[in-house]
Amino acid sequence: MAAGSRLGTIARRLGQALPALFGVIVVTFVLTRALPGDPAAYFAGPAADEKSIAQIREALGLDRPLPEQFLYYLKDLAQGELGSSISTGQPVADELIRRLPASLELTFFALLLSVAVAVPMGVLAATHPGKPIDHICRFIVTAGVSLPTFFTGLALVFVFYYLLGWAPSPLGRLDFAYLAPPTITGFYVIDALLAGDPETAWAALGQLTLPAITLALFTLAPIARMTRASMLQVLSSEFIRTARAAGLSGGTVLGTYAFRNAVLPVITTLGMVFSFTLGANVLVEKVFAWPGIGSYAVEALVVSDYAAVQGFVLSMAVLFVVLNLIIDILYTLIDPRIQLDS
Amino acid sequence: MDRRNFIKAAGATALSANVLPFLKFSTAEAAPAGTAVVVIGQTLNSLDLHRKGTNRPSYQISVNCYDRLVSFGTKKMPDGSLSYDYSVIQPDLAESWELTPDGKSLVFKLRKDAVFSDGSPVTAADVKWSLDRAVSLGGFPTVQMKAGSLEKPEQFVAVDDKTFRIDLLRPSKLTLPDLAVPVPFIINSKVAKKHATKDDPWATEYLHRNTAGSGAYKVARWDPGQQLVYERNDKWTSGPLPGVKRVIVREVPSGATRRALIERGDVDLSFGVSDKDAKELAAKDNVSVVGTPIENCLYCLCPNLAFEPFQDKKVRQAVAFAVPYEEIFKVAAYGQGVPMWGGKSASPADIVWPQPFPYMTDYEKAKALLAETKYKTGFEVPFSINLSLASWMEPAALLIQEGLAKVGIKTTIEKIPGANWRSQALVEKKLPLHLENFGGWLNYPDYYFFWAYLKGHLFNSSNYDNPEVTKLVGEALHMEVSDPAYEPKIKRLLEIAFDDVPRIPLWQPTLNSAMGKSLTGYEYWFHRQLDARKFGKAGA
Repeated sequence: MAAGSRLGTIARRLGQALPALFGVIVVTFVLTRALPGDPAAYFAGPAADEKSIAQIREALGLDRPLPEQFLYYLKDLAQGELGSSISTGQPVADELIRRLPASLELTFFALLLSVAVAVPMGVLAATHPGKPIDHICRFIVTAGVSLPTFFTGLALVFVFYYLLGWAPSPLGRLDFAYLAPPTITGFYVIDALLAGDPETAWAALGQLTLPAITLALFTLAPIARMTRASMLQVLSSEFIRTARAAGLSGGTVLGTYAFRNAVLPVITTLGMVFSFTLGANVLVEKVFAWPGIGSYAVEALVVSDYAAVQGFVLSMAVLFVVLNLIIDILYTLIDPRIQLDS
Repeated sequence: MDRRNFIKAAGATALSANVLPFLKFSTAEAAPAGTAVVVIGQTLNSLDLHRKGTNRPSYQISVNCYDRLVSFGTKKMPDGSLSYDYSVIQPDLAESWELTPDGKSLVFKLRKDAVFSDGSPVTAADVKWSLDRAVSLGGFPTVQMKAGSLEKPEQFVAVDDKTFRIDLLRPSKLTLPDLAVPVPFIINSKVAKKHATKDDPWATEYLHRNTAGSGAYKVARWDPGQQLVYERNDKWTSGPLPGVKRVIVREVPSGATRRALIERGDVDLSFGVSDKDAKELAAKDNVSVVGTPIENCLYCLCPNLAFEPFQDKKVRQAVAFAVPYEEIFKVAAYGQGVPMWGGKSASPADIVWPQPFPYMTDYEKAKALLAETKYKTGFEVPFSINLSLASWMEPAALLIQEGLAKVGIKTTIEKIPGANWRSQALVEKKLPLHLENFGGWLNYPDYYFFWAYLKGHLFNSSNYDNPEVTKLVGEALHMEVSDPAYEPKIKRLLEIAFDDVPRIPLWQPTLNSAMGKSLTGYEYWFHRQLDARKFGKAGA
């Protein structure tokens, strides 16, 4: 496939996502307004009277009819404006730009850890079905997925920070003794390294470790199970039997033929797990004071902060579209039989 | 490298242990000398109290970075901790003030040496601009100003550079204390005006992100959602300079994490800890816990008079006798607070507020009272609690439910999300039976009654309406406490509140904070936010 046509396909795919995104915009707009609760009354503060509530409602533009509010929202969106969050007092776009990298860094790192453990574990379990290693794998997976993340998080804090004192204080992305590195990628570890500041990078990595392990334990299960199942299926297929019969070495059979064929569903799972984890690690964020987008969205929802909720949902939708595209492209790289526009 | 020196410079050597993230070290100890580290559970959302939507934790900026005309004094509590003293009003930016002979104006003389953090002098024009702003921007600040009869800009006059006059709408004992609350903080109007625009004449955008005050600290850094760093303002003139150079306020949402941090000694202060943690942390050697009863605040059970059975006073009294107070206090408050039941007499001996109401757990009496009404066999009623305050409301509600069931009143507990609570409980006032936690900033019983017992007023979620109470509150509200007519009026108010019980107090809550042994100068304030102005560190 020529590079040009691939680019064209990507553009076409992104174009196809537009109606879906518009749908997301409409649905979030309507849903946030349909929620009970009056943001004007909430933000007017505890001692406000009717008049001051009305003033706030007017200032927020909430006194206008819904369709008009929607048009204003669309107009702002078209100009790249996501509006201002009233609960945090910051423009939503700024906030997302600041918080999304925190969530991404944590999720990426956690998934990296998770894959590093889960994939070999799944392969081992598949090559030794019913053996002790298979049972151990099953045990770890069950334990990981059944322990709630906030519990695992608190337990890790308790042991490694409180009792042993090995981990740094669970105070977010960086201890207060350090300043955040200049933003390039938004990932503290990478930015600090780029800035030639290994100390800060190391400190950021230290802060990252416990929350990442917490998340990794949780995401281990689907990846390991999927690896095992798909490996089992591939290993029992005819071409593997043929390869074995042809006298290829065990490693070649496993690595080149079996694993490469088994990895497709694992990647699909990875994509699902990634998008799920990104928004859903609120509890981990709370325990480790991690300034991610999960807790941002939940807090915004609790106080009916429309702009923030809409901005969050929209950015997650965009992220999801991009992620799916990346996964599809990965497919074509791994398995040349698959084509993007098929 | 030099960016990081911001915080590290002073303690570079002490910090070398920090290089390895997995090495045992204590951050608060490693933090450079003169830095205090505070953790809070909530998030700060603005540096400007006057802005619409600014949340309560952000009020601390007004306290720490700005001054007011006057301030409250400080007193020692029985346990040795510090508390503000509402009975003493002392100079802040104003060195003196007096009522004009006609009693219609208050004239303030500003201190000559008072300067803003940029070095420019504090003038009466700054004071006027700031108070104008507080009454003009609307929302909560304007309402709070109104409580002190400070309602419109025409009342504020800059006579000359150092003389400022407030023309009073009516003489009121609330005016002066209301100038000492966080709302009327004095802004450097020269700086602010530079950033004002036609659409934004009060520079709300600029002051939302920057401070321009004369207070004890400046904001050195604000990472919304993460931390705020105060830096001492060495030009502060309204009090002795704080003993620490820098205060770092970190937002840590999880209570368990905050507790681990303070127990490990990695932070100096955990501000606002739960009653449970306060009780348990008090037993630790390396942590001191200060619990101060919150003045003028009561946790109440409110029977709503809009619900028919509660219109009968005897039914309300029966409810008040069917509450298991003791157990609630133990289970929901972990014994932290002041009991508000078991008062000796149906008529108050003094006007101390709050004081215990003459009710206790007595199911027989409750049944007898109920038997005198047309609800002999009891009735059913939904019982609502605020989910954001579930930590005390939920256990309290369950125990009350049990108690009421014993006299035949069946309740079903409804949990209402925090965002909807306000409109349902306070604005629409439609919850038949609910728990409520109002506390007034200005520490006078009549002020509490004004908000919580008058028809239509916000915190009167019981829809209580008694013409005598309305009349008494109207008369007492602006009257000086020293006025001989004041005490009889308050006594009568309390008597009515005891007898009519539209609000059944459970206990007076405390504000708890846990701190390391080296931190000094923690002080309780009615606004229940961090006041770092007297902070110091022993041995630093």
